[in-house]
Amino acid sequence: MANDGIMTKRIVILGGGTGGTLSANRLRHFFPEDGVEIVVVDQNDDHVYQPGLLFVPFGLTHTDEIVRSRGDQLHRGIEFRQTPIERVDIDSNTVHLADGSELTYTVLVVASGSILVEEETEGLTGPSWMEKVFTFYDVAGATALHSALEGFDGGRLVVNVVDMPIKCPVAPLEFCFLADWYFQQTGMRDRVELTYVTPLDGAFTRPAASKILGGLLEEKDVHLVTEFNTGEVDGSGGRLISYDGREVGFDLAVVVPLHGGASYVTRSPGLGDELGFVPVDEHTLQSAAKRNVFAIGDAAGVPTSKAGSVTHFEGEVLVENVRRFLADEPLDGSFDGHANCFIETGFGKALLIDFNYDTEPLPGHFPISVGLPLLKESRLNHLGKLMFQPLYWHSLLPGRDLPGVSSAMPTRGKDFQATS
Amino acid sequence: MSTTTYADTAVSVNDEGFFEDPSQWTEAMASEIAKEQDIDELTELHWQVIKFMRSEYAEKGTGPTVRVLGKTSGVSIKELYQLFPKGPAKTAAKIAGIPKPRGCI
Repeated sequence: MANDGIMTKRIVILGGGTGGTLSANRLRHFFPEDGVEIVVVDQNDDHVYQPGLLFVPFGLTHTDEIVRSRGDQLHRGIEFRQTPIERVDIDSNTVHLADGSELTYTVLVVASGSILVEEETEGLTGPSWMEKVFTFYDVAGATALHSALEGFDGGRLVVNVVDMPIKCPVAPLEFCFLADWYFQQTGMRDRVELTYVTPLDGAFTRPAASKILGGLLEEKDVHLVTEFNTGEVDGSGGRLISYDGREVGFDLAVVVPLHGGASYVTRSPGLGDELGFVPVDEHTLQSAAKRNVFAIGDAAGVPTSKAGSVTHFEGEVLVENVRRFLADEPLDGSFDGHANCFIETGFGKALLIDFNYDTEPLPGHFPISVGLPLLKESRLNHLGKLMFQPLYWHSLLPGRDLPGVSSAMPTRGKDFQATS
Repeated sequence: MSTTTYADTAVSVNDEGFFEDPSQWTEAMASEIAKEQDIDELTELHWQVIKFMRSEYAEKGTGPTVRVLGKTSGVSIKELYQLFPKGPAKTAAKIAGIPKPRGCI
């Protein structure tokens, strides 16, 4: 396909986070530079290791340890453009950038993740925002919450998920588990009432895991309020109010706001759905609207968790399908919705869950029968979670395969009899 | 799965009372299903939501969630809860004779 009369193909990747970076690096490795140009666009140069945000409020890590330059994670031969995106015109294969320039593409990869839309919940960003009402889902919020926890002298701490979908659906539960640990360490657990307030009918989206995680909440004396659809956050009155009129009182609220796709997606006719996510085939990641558009990670509207592990597993299929599309070959439909999450449970332990579109999280071991224990608290899983951060920067983003971790969900260590 | 009767017609519903086959539904059944959900009378606004649920299902294969409903149906989330106090997405889907909306994961 020609661009400006030159016979060069151009892959434009919108977003330089987990999905955009690992896709760009893998594609660069595959295609010679004189045949295919690769351009990554992002509005800033801050690549956040998002799993680290959970640990910031408890003083277990600092933001300067989890933020690096986006450009520095991209291999040579990849162009990095730092500018906001205005919109995409999928009919003319053109990205309009906020600096007024245009970028035409042969293939577009949408990898711009999800954003927090705090303003969609009444009262959430009112006068008590960042004083009594916080989120740990971005760097500023996690940092402010750290100070708030240090100054907290007891009372009702409420953790609230406004509505799904959210990034890493286990993170708010992990926050509860770590809060229990934190207040025990500071000797004030008996003065803190912890409550988890969720729109779901249980602790988690998947039944088997929901049962085990619900049990852990109970064990750690965290109250569970279910089917609560937050309609309003009354900061000064210290109340969450649901659409059906129920109330939960708080002295300190940790709220996971509504999520949406990047704002340019909604400004791009035909590209996204009502929430700004890009509908793609759940097995090939190709857009339903246009064949030369693909999406990866949180930006993609596929029925699995919005999580870094999912993005990582999607990467292999995405890169293969961009290659096949450019070679005019039939696409690879092998993405199975694989997700793999370490769930930090406090006191140096963690749980591991592994599942896909069709298989619930099962007990057993990962990836084979002598591996990490699944759906069970262990020290080994906690170490696995800690070990993951260096692997993220040095193996996953550069596009190397992680030893023992495959894109397709492994079945060998799982106990399939255990499903109830 | 079990069978129940609305507007003198037998239909298949699942354990939670959602239609197994939306083509079995007729408008005449709606008010009967609504009464089971403690909604005595279906107003014009109720019908706007019910018809929207059915067209979304026909187009996308699943009914919308309450958040999407608030953005696209022309009725705000607050009003939706006034119309369907037991939960707009689930209740409206039930009355509209479509399966339970696939929640997000």
